Amino acid sequence: MSIENNILVKLNNVGFQQNQKWLVKGVSLQVEKGKIVTLIGPNGSGKSTTAKIALGLFKNIEGQVEKFTNNIGYVPQKISIDWTLPLRVRDFMLLTDNLTEDVIDEALSLTGVINLKDKSLGNLSGGEFQRVLLARAISKKPELLVLDEPVQGVDFTGEIALYELIKEISEKLNCGILLISHDLHTVMSATDHVVCLNGHVCCSGSPKEVAKNSEYKALFGEQAAQTLSIYEHKHDHIHTNDGDIKKN
Amino acid sequence: MFDDFFIRALVAGIGIAFVAGPLGCFVVWRRLSYFGDTLAHSALLGVTIAYSLEFNIAVSIFLISSAIALILIQLQKKTNLPSDALLGLLAHSSLAVGLVVIGFLTFIRFDIMGLLFGDILAVNKKDLVTIWVGGALILLVLRLIWKPLFASTVNYELAQAEGLNPDRAKAIFTILLAAIIAISIKLVGVLLITGMLIIPTAMARNLSDNPQKMVIFAIIGGLLSVFIGLFSSLEFNTPSGPSIIAAALVLFIFSLLKVKQTIQLKN
Repeated sequence: MSIENNILVKLNNVGFQQNQKWLVKGVSLQVEKGKIVTLIGPNGSGKSTTAKIALGLFKNIEGQVEKFTNNIGYVPQKISIDWTLPLRVRDFMLLTDNLTEDVIDEALSLTGVINLKDKSLGNLSGGEFQRVLLARAISKKPELLVLDEPVQGVDFTGEIALYELIKEISEKLNCGILLISHDLHTVMSATDHVVCLNGHVCCSGSPKEVAKNSEYKALFGEQAAQTLSIYEHKHDHIHTNDGDIKKN
Repeated sequence: MFDDFFIRALVAGIGIAFVAGPLGCFVVWRRLSYFGDTLAHSALLGVTIAYSLEFNIAVSIFLISSAIALILIQLQKKTNLPSDALLGLLAHSSLAVGLVVIGFLTFIRFDIMGLLFGDILAVNKKDLVTIWVGGALILLVLRLIWKPLFASTVNYELAQAEGLNPDRAKAIFTILLAAIIAISIKLVGVLLITGMLIIPTAMARNLSDNPQKMVIFAIIGGLLSVFIGLFSSLEFNTPSGPSIIAAALVLFIFSLLKVKQTIQLKN
């Protein structure tokens, strides 16, 4: 652990290409203890790829990743459980760590799905499954949480409650969180630092700053920005299909 | 007590069932049944090499099957062919080469039927030691890699992200598969070993709602198959391998009744 500055993971100008196409390029960011960093951006902008780079899931990346912890909780964007594998929620909770019943119960209660403990994973609804995924990731009391769209499929009130829970967890466990979301509105209050991605870092800063940023508006449309900001600027570059960026 | 061939076959079968249950579960969960077949087919080549070089059969099968597994991994990396085509290529070519080599070894009398389908008379005291010591080792190693192997079976990236080592677990598991094929070939035979791995497991799936239960039911199913199969093999003078697998099939069919009930309950 890098003690002086509380950094848990640091990406330095990283990039990853697949089939001669850059999925992301030139991304730098860092996650510190007790801080929530949110990645936003349109579909295919490299949010999940960036998270996976931070987790060390790719070989052959460009740039450097420095990780200062091995105690990581991960909620992947997509996970499908094969029907050939009978798995209850309680079995799933024990997937990567040996936890006591109390710890499992506590985590499931926090995300509001303690009643599903003995249910088969295959019989859960999308929203219930996300809550179980989140419970599993936080149950091991990780130092770094990587949450890839953790509230997809959760109803609107539940969504807000879960983001509040995520904020609470980061304070309580003093863990760093790398959060991926496609919607800045709902994560606004929970996040410390926003990185807006579109194959590269378009803009970054506090949620308010990003909302005001012209590139954010160019990506998400005036409508999205208006409720948050009254300022307007010009988008100074365009994105070509091969992932390059051209200045206007 | 082990002087009776039937007792020897029974003791061998019990040992194999204990190992085949848990390994078979992973074969089914990871969708590796064709992979198991390929390794088993290559075992025949291992047998012929053992005979021609006067080498230990189990060790020879283990080495050849492991080598085939490594070749498969290389071919998957270096060619554009799909995995099932590569598996078929390796399975049938190693079986063919094995049979061709047998054709050349005219000075040794081979019981081809025994090799392909198992032979209740073939199990000697040394084989029992191989099966029980080898089997215990396989189970011990499987216990050690259980966490990363199971976690990566559920989700590879999640296992890797949270610090487990799925690639190493996968490689070790492949070696364990080669090892169980090596120890069980005499009783079950080259062509039916995969059946011993997956049919009791398929039965167990129908009866279980969690992984531990499925492993236990797979072992019980394997044990029952061995008992029923070997007794009928003795009674009707049928080859041991097919008798065991046929017994497993009957158990599987019975387990379907339970599935039907659960489906009706859901509606």
